[in-house]
Amino acid sequence: MQIDKNTVKKIALLSRLELDEKESELYSSQLAAILSYIDKLNEIDTKDVLPTSHVLSTLKNVFRKDSLKSSLDAADALSNAPSKEGDFFKVPQVIEGK
Amino acid sequence: MKRLYEAVIGLEVHLQLETETKAFCGCSTEFGKSPNSHTCPVCLGFPGSLPVLNEKAFLYSIKVALALNCKIQDTIKFDRKNYYYPDLPKNFQISQFDMPLSYDGFVDVISGGREAGKRVHIKRVHLEEDAGKLIHPSCASYSLVDFNRAGMPLLEIVTEPDINSPEEAYNYLTALKSILQYLRVSDCNMEKGSLRCDANISIRKAGEKELGVKVEVKNMNSFRWVREALSFEIGRQTSLAEAGERIIQETRLWDAQKFVTVSMRSKEEAHDYRYFPEPDLVPFIVDKNIIEDIRKALPELPDARADRFVKDYGLSEYDARVLTGQVDLADYFEECARIYANKKTLANWINGDIAAQMNARNVNILSLGIEPKDLAELLKMIDDQSISGKIAKDVLAEMIETKKRAGEIVSSKGLSQISDKGEIEKTVLDVLAKNERSVSDYKGGKKTAITFLVGQVMKQTRGKANPAMVNDMLKKHLGE
Repeated sequence: MQIDKNTVKKIALLSRLELDEKESELYSSQLAAILSYIDKLNEIDTKDVLPTSHVLSTLKNVFRKDSLKSSLDAADALSNAPSKEGDFFKVPQVIEGK
Repeated sequence: MKRLYEAVIGLEVHLQLETETKAFCGCSTEFGKSPNSHTCPVCLGFPGSLPVLNEKAFLYSIKVALALNCKIQDTIKFDRKNYYYPDLPKNFQISQFDMPLSYDGFVDVISGGREAGKRVHIKRVHLEEDAGKLIHPSCASYSLVDFNRAGMPLLEIVTEPDINSPEEAYNYLTALKSILQYLRVSDCNMEKGSLRCDANISIRKAGEKELGVKVEVKNMNSFRWVREALSFEIGRQTSLAEAGERIIQETRLWDAQKFVTVSMRSKEEAHDYRYFPEPDLVPFIVDKNIIEDIRKALPELPDARADRFVKDYGLSEYDARVLTGQVDLADYFEECARIYANKKTLANWINGDIAAQMNARNVNILSLGIEPKDLAELLKMIDDQSISGKIAKDVLAEMIETKKRAGEIVSSKGLSQISDKGEIEKTVLDVLAKNERSVSDYKGGKKTAITFLVGQVMKQTRGKANPAMVNDMLKKHLGE
């Protein structure tokens, strides 16, 4: 299986990753190897197998009741944040259209 | 020959469902709380946490889908919609892709009578989670994120591209909101963002089958802005097409200050959400009996209720539609109707003076604070001629201001209508004596002079004299 460098660049952009030429080269061959491995699954005959979106094929309709549970304190919620201001998470500026 | 273009519009409405807790965790959905006080490992997307679907949000979704005449999917599946944006803690949104909760419905948009109606088809109604809220402090080089909204249950209601004018879009949204309010699954408050709307719009030469290049318009937080933004877009796209220029597929934002749409240049890269099944949620298969139970329990919806108002209360189609457009107003009318006999008078007052008072104060019928029994009392006072209709308007305003009952206001302010023959006659004779000129005008054939004389009597009695009696009495003394 082949993965060209443009595909890798597109995935990198969608994933907000910055790759240089060397990395793009490296990852395209690594991704190709992974996909070839996964491709083995296509060798299985699934003609008589119903499509399924979940491994637990007998489990369905799992609900919870609409009842309140306690939330985290803002301080706890923010404790792993690399940057914060007051009770907010702080991130690089994102304004649509600018 | 001038080329004529037609607009092709599809609308996407997002509705926050009014549940106690979020879609996939037990955090509160309460609005306006301090930032990041309603979050947990699930809605913050911490590793190892597991979402579990809120049953009420699911049942509410089915209820909406059925009210919009949709079919319920046999097997309902959730998917991950992948994109990177700081308001999305997991870097994916739990949404639905190829097996949405429901599909293939319609809303009949009846404005200006049944004949002028239009059926707008609903492509799908699906359940997803809301994103967090971004705040952009002015003059700062960063943004702030509040995840209280992240994970709130959000219903997406998508139409087919059936709509052909800004007015039709407006009418569809009004009809849809009315239905959603009747279902009592959301407060439908656009200012709070409980109800939001995006539009897809393209133009094509009239009669053509092929669709033109589609532009998505966002950032319209009222139905009026949707209408204005679509009008602007039709104009913009038409002039491009007439000039032979290319229309670009893009997302544009409505600028309500400048009344224009502006291109969102940052989104030029094509979206690629790489949907895949959400492995943390199992499929949902709704028992047919449950669907039928929900269908049977649906409330009477606006169209049916308007028809009933015409039939049972003898109202005009127009009055019935205005009253039933808002569920609270329709309920209010029916409560009043139980204790007050003259339904047409009642409809006139609610759609007239009561509506004017609501508009002037920018409140709904519930917060106006006029109980049905208090309105009935006021209207009965007009009927038995205790007060004139004109004075009743002032009394209503006073009732709203002071929270006092009509009877109380009328007696304390001495507003009772004068229907005493002797008292009216006294004033009439006085007015005739003081206005000889008008009297001779009248007798000389200028019959309109009587209007002035009636006005003088009303003035002297501070509007309290029974107008019909004044009229009769004047004519009698003027020798008719």
